[in-house]
Amino acid sequence: MNTLLDVRDLRVRLNTARGPADALRGVSFALAKGETLGIIGESGCGKSMTALALMGLLPDGAVTSGSIRFDGDELVGADDARLCALRGRRIGMIFQEPMTALNPLHTVGTQVAEPLRHHLGMNKAEARAEALRLLERVRLPQAAQRLDAYPHQLSGGQRQRVMIAAALACGPELLIADEPTTALDVSIQREILDLIAELVSERGMGLLLISHDLGVMAHTVQRVMVMYGGTVAERGPTRAVFERLAHPYTRGLFRARPQLGLSRGRPLETIAGRVPELVDMPRGCPFADRCHRVVEACREMPPAFSVGANHEARCFNMEPAP
Amino acid sequence: MRFSDRAWRHSSFVIGSLLVGLLLATAALSFVWTPHSPTDIDVPSKLQGPSAAHWLGTDSLGRDIVSLLIAGSQNSIAVGLIAVGIGMGFGVALGLLASARRGWVEELVMRFADFTFAFPALLSAIMLTAIYGPGLVTSVVAIGIFNIPVFARITRAAANGVWSRDYVLASRACGKGAWHITVAHVLPNIASGLIVQATIQFATAILAEAALSYLGLGTQPPQPSWGRMLNEAQSMMFQAPTLAIWPGLAIALSVLGLNLMGDGLRDLLDPKLARQR
Amino acid sequence: MTDAKPGLSLLVVDTLTKDYRLPRDSLFSPPHIVHALQGVSFTLDSGRSLGIVGESGSGKSTLARLVMALETPTAGTVSLLGRDLHALPANDLRAARRDFQMVFQDPYGSLDPRQRVGRIVAEPLPAVAPKERHDRVAEALDAVGLRGTDADKYPHEFSGGQRQRIAIARALITRPKLIVADEPVSALDVSVQAQVLNLLQDLRVRFGVAYLFISHDLAVVDHVCDEVAVMQHGRIVERGTPERLFTRAEHPYTQSLIAAAPQARFQ
Repeated sequence: MNTLLDVRDLRVRLNTARGPADALRGVSFALAKGETLGIIGESGCGKSMTALALMGLLPDGAVTSGSIRFDGDELVGADDARLCALRGRRIGMIFQEPMTALNPLHTVGTQVAEPLRHHLGMNKAEARAEALRLLERVRLPQAAQRLDAYPHQLSGGQRQRVMIAAALACGPELLIADEPTTALDVSIQREILDLIAELVSERGMGLLLISHDLGVMAHTVQRVMVMYGGTVAERGPTRAVFERLAHPYTRGLFRARPQLGLSRGRPLETIAGRVPELVDMPRGCPFADRCHRVVEACREMPPAFSVGANHEARCFNMEPAP
Repeated sequence: MRFSDRAWRHSSFVIGSLLVGLLLATAALSFVWTPHSPTDIDVPSKLQGPSAAHWLGTDSLGRDIVSLLIAGSQNSIAVGLIAVGIGMGFGVALGLLASARRGWVEELVMRFADFTFAFPALLSAIMLTAIYGPGLVTSVVAIGIFNIPVFARITRAAANGVWSRDYVLASRACGKGAWHITVAHVLPNIASGLIVQATIQFATAILAEAALSYLGLGTQPPQPSWGRMLNEAQSMMFQAPTLAIWPGLAIALSVLGLNLMGDGLRDLLDPKLARQR
Repeated sequence: MTDAKPGLSLLVVDTLTKDYRLPRDSLFSPPHIVHALQGVSFTLDSGRSLGIVGESGSGKSTLARLVMALETPTAGTVSLLGRDLHALPANDLRAARRDFQMVFQDPYGSLDPRQRVGRIVAEPLPAVAPKERHDRVAEALDAVGLRGTDADKYPHEFSGGQRQRIAIARALITRPKLIVADEPVSALDVSVQAQVLNLLQDLRVRFGVAYLFISHDLAVVDHVCDEVAVMQHGRIVERGTPERLFTRAEHPYTQSLIAAAPQARFQ
């Protein structure tokens, strides 16, 4: 079976200040070995929540249901020991803020070596040698000297490279990257994304890339999933999704972006209203209250309708082809 | 959830508040009524056990223990309030000044704080007593002085955090000066931390007063005091060992109550924790 | 662009320089000096918007603070309506501030969480009667698409986009001639960003306010600004209209920025 990750009807309920709310409402997707999938959406859509659910890192009091199968093993309901064995060893994760994800009191070398010692049982010398090799692979300048440097002595882009090295140390099969370049300068972003893509293809890993940036998605992933209100609004090959823009939310998102050379002088098309709080999400399609194509049927959650090859959208009244 | 809803669910806060409420109620009561007069010496009735007339018995001079406890609470509250008041009044002002001015002013204030920290309350009290004679006022002043650097330090640290925020920068961009920013922006944003610290310092003050009275440097007879009750009980250790329990319990419960309330307040007033549940 | 027309130009920045001293490594080594700005000059006319594009370390935030007279320059001048801001006596500077205001990047940090929105928005106003203050706050909130009743609420009751609108209302209330916007939409979601950008454009047309618009996002700057200046290491390396700059950039740094910008279009 080539399927690395198989998520079916994943639901997560959180306790908020105003009562219980559904953060994820039936998310399903699959990821094969060597495949790259992006999750795109705005704040509160559930993209980070999906990543946390995969890693078993949800906040206390969160109730999960549905199924997450990683290489055949069920992760929902798995005990902490089993999840700890997976994290860092078979599933690697990169976060948005390298400064807070790296321990400021430990050297770079120690942090990259930590998973090696913990999961693979290497001794100090072996781990250090392997850490050096990893840092050179992620093209950290002056890697040998930097082994004993502290995170605050590196730039943002360099710290992110260290995080990538640590995430890949044990040769995981799946890499989850949550907004890995958002906090970096534009010129460094491109380098880091290319590095991630290179490493993923070289090792035949699966990549789950989470971002709010359409450009980052277009550049990096083969397939993309657009999320809104805890559901998957549209899913398919990146190019197909970005050209067809079937779901009204996807189209709205696209049209709302200023584009170099294209949008000067005209007001940007905006999506009416704003994202409701989780507790205030409408029954049925979460986008219904803001959608200019809403119809009576939208009071029920739309099933996924096919739009093209391997391309589907959850909408009763999709946008016509542009 | 609203503050009152969360407050009633927080066990530390509820228990602490009840104990503190009990302490305050006792002190209030002592102004209008005590079972007997705490200064009534009745030597023939000395060292009696609990009875209908004397609920907790009498001490070595025949004074009613319950009345002594109730009247003694006045002292503890007075010292707590005034000493913390002195500490907050001067300490917060110094901390805000240091944070607003930075540079050599900040250095001066912090070094002054360090200097004062070098003299523990007891040492200061002994020194002041040697100069001005023992008494309630001396001990309050000594404890108060020791509270000043405590508040100065935490105020300065918290205020520094606020000065670095964008909304202070926005206020400066409107042309507001240090005084306006301190009063309108800094103080309201650090107030909750100061309140929590105040409850903790209150507890420390009560303990310090008890210690001073125990040493004979605090409240002088015939004014009742829990600390002095402990001292007197000490000399009666073999004849009436239970005498020490009551004032000790009173001190312990007051301090416990204040600490629990302070802990609870810290949780309840912390905006990050407040948003979670 | 660099010819000073003292009668016409709203803002004239002339060889602005700012150095920062960092703590020294040891008692005997000289202190490190960071040259955050190195002789920056430009002019901005009334009602126009100038975009400042750069990455971290380019000096754009320092430039914003110096133009807002929140820090003093090491050398050079900032003149608004012909007056050197840093040479003004304190009272005159305070009075002059109603002509220039600022919008910050972080919608969560730029509003005092302990104050009600009405008080926050009214902060730049000089002492006026309560009735007039109330009316002007309501007017400012209305101009940014919020309601007058929002003045009684606290910032945490609003979303990021709404808070940024509150910040813009605060910047507008004195009808300034210049608004310095430091990454005003960078922390916002795409759809919210679009709403705020439209609002900024709309306000420019309605009130004739000039913008100094700082951003790292080329597409945003392209959309909003009449002219763009690219900064690197404390200097302006290239300047021109967005059309010219983003199609026929001359400086290698500008070219690399454009090449690196992620585009959601497929060739």
